[in-house]
Amino acid sequence: MSSRDQIFSAIRKNKPAAVPGVTPDLSVVIGYPDLLSQFSTVLTAIGGSCREVASAEDAKQFIASLDKGTFVIDTTAEHPSGLAQLSPAALASVDTAIIRGGVAVAENGSIWVTENEMVNRLLPFIAQQLILIINEKDLVPTMHQAYERISINETGFGVFIAGPSKTADIEQSLVIGAHGPCGMVAVIVRES
Amino acid sequence: MKDHATLAEAFIQDEARTNWHDETLWFVRQKRDKAAHGLPEWEQLREWASQIKNHTLSHMDSYLEEFERNALANGVQVHWASDAAEHNRIIHDIIKKKGITRIVKSKSMLTEECHLNHYLEEQGVEVVDTDLGERIVQFRHEPPSHIVLPAIHLKKQDVSDTFHEYLHTEKGNNDPTYLTRAARVHLREKFIASELAITGVNFAVAETGGFVVCTNEGNADMGTHAANVHIACMGFEKLIPKASHLSVFLRLLARSATGQPVTTYSSHFHKPKPGQEMHIVIVDNGRSNILGKADFRNALKCIRCAACFNTCPVYRRSGGFSYHTAVAGPIGSILNPNFDPKKYADLPFASSLCGSCSNVCPVKIDIHDQLWKWRQELTKAGHVPLMKKIMMKGMAFVLGRPALYRFSGASARWVLRYMPFMVKFKINPWYKQREMPAPPKQSFREWYIQNKKK
Ligand code: SF4
Repeated sequence: MSSRDQIFSAIRKNKPAAVPGVTPDLSVVIGYPDLLSQFSTVLTAIGGSCREVASAEDAKQFIASLDKGTFVIDTTAEHPSGLAQLSPAALASVDTAIIRGGVAVAENGSIWVTENEMVNRLLPFIAQQLILIINEKDLVPTMHQAYERISINETGFGVFIAGPSKTADIEQSLVIGAHGPCGMVAVIVRES
Repeated sequence: MKDHATLAEAFIQDEARTNWHDETLWFVRQKRDKAAHGLPEWEQLREWASQIKNHTLSHMDSYLEEFERNALANGVQVHWASDAAEHNRIIHDIIKKKGITRIVKSKSMLTEECHLNHYLEEQGVEVVDTDLGERIVQFRHEPPSHIVLPAIHLKKQDVSDTFHEYLHTEKGNNDPTYLTRAARVHLREKFIASELAITGVNFAVAETGGFVVCTNEGNADMGTHAANVHIACMGFEKLIPKASHLSVFLRLLARSATGQPVTTYSSHFHKPKPGQEMHIVIVDNGRSNILGKADFRNALKCIRCAACFNTCPVYRRSGGFSYHTAVAGPIGSILNPNFDPKKYADLPFASSLCGSCSNVCPVKIDIHDQLWKWRQELTKAGHVPLMKKIMMKGMAFVLGRPALYRFSGASARWVLRYMPFMVKFKINPWYKQREMPAPPKQSFREWYIQNKKK
């Protein structure tokens, strides 16, 4: 018998009597009177920063005003062809990545980003600094509504990103910038 | 084989360090409380999580089939391992076939359970652990002492000494930011050069055939997206039925673990990137056996948040190594006796049965009840040393006889007041490192009767 068959037969023999499933009743889940202020409060608390702008044009201007270093990859604009195939060694010198985000979650400051938007899966992690552009209308209160809005298998890879990378593995002292970005900015566009 | 009490004795030699360990973990527990209290539906969330897990356990075979089918359709290769040895062999075969030499691994308690690093080392293959805490303990040839905070037993000067030796950082520079940056530079080289990335799995989703990996550091993503081969290892109990269930578990996991609202990265893997190979190794290693035990199967609901570690008065004061196993703490104490009742017979006794673990557990595992049940089982099986047996029998005898219980309580109070040396005597292990409390003048019962009459 293969290991697979062995495992299945042991599970079938030993599993308990059927227990019904449960569908969470979302009416008891927390809501926020002001999604944007909740989102930006949480994101700031976890080491990110947040900027609200009136339009896509204003977003461009704001981002232009930031110090982004010399090697910038902006997947929302024209980007190097072959970005998807760019080697890790080549990406290692990216100073700033600019990527469009999808659903943003007020309760935890996270933003859903899929492979389509990042183009290269390594980009949002290897860049020294990450800028995500989102629409205010994509704010939802909690993860429950977020999963209602997305299909997790729409692309081969998707990730909720909440702030810059961090660690507290040395004596529980928080250090921003572990292996991923040392800084993360969310630009929230009010009009769609 | 040294038991928990003996190993704990070594840990508590350095009192300042023990106190730091104790207080730091208690601080993490308080952060968990704050995060939990921020959600009015917290208890409801725990209940949902528990019910989803109970449901999944009772339909494990059909959900595993569904998961496998969908993962295969996504272009992922699925492997099945009955035990640790087979898990290690599957991974080594992939490495051998492709002639891989540069391997990075993010945190996976399953690979610790299977002693994967050690096995591969014996085959001449080096694995670089990339979680900062795990890299620190790997340099020191130590196992992780905590499933979420692997280097919590170390102080920054220890890390500084270790990094000075291996990464040539400045001697005596203990600044956590400086040390973290040094590790960042060192590990970026490893990520960029890696050919294979090994990760654990936090949740696998039957309906989509995908899986989720959670980190704060970004090390799982740096590894998997740089390398051309990704192997994800999971115990079969990581499965949940639906994508929408992820919301329940992701809301609970980080809040329970560190008090964060969510981990920095919750990465959802479904298909390999073009040109990449993705493998999933699904491991049994005793889990199907636990599934058959009505008293103990609940432990399979665990999501490895470590809230039960941080709250446990025994763990906080005895450290992870005293549990002599990969998964320590209260959950380790109820899981490990399943694997080897004799070797881990001491663990269910490493508890005060205060029940705090069960109260914080996000999936409502009856941890302290299981600890109690394990004590009975192990005693029956003859794995418990004589002294503990006598004490347990004494307790059962006294508790089963109310009149005697009242008398012995009164006499214990009298003894504590007038002859404290009797209980402070060496044979009573409870007195080690403890000052006995001043005994109350009255028992609760005496007080109750007196006050009822008033
Ligand atoms: S037993 Fe519960 S509290 Fe302990 S690690 Fe597992 S899920 Fe967390």
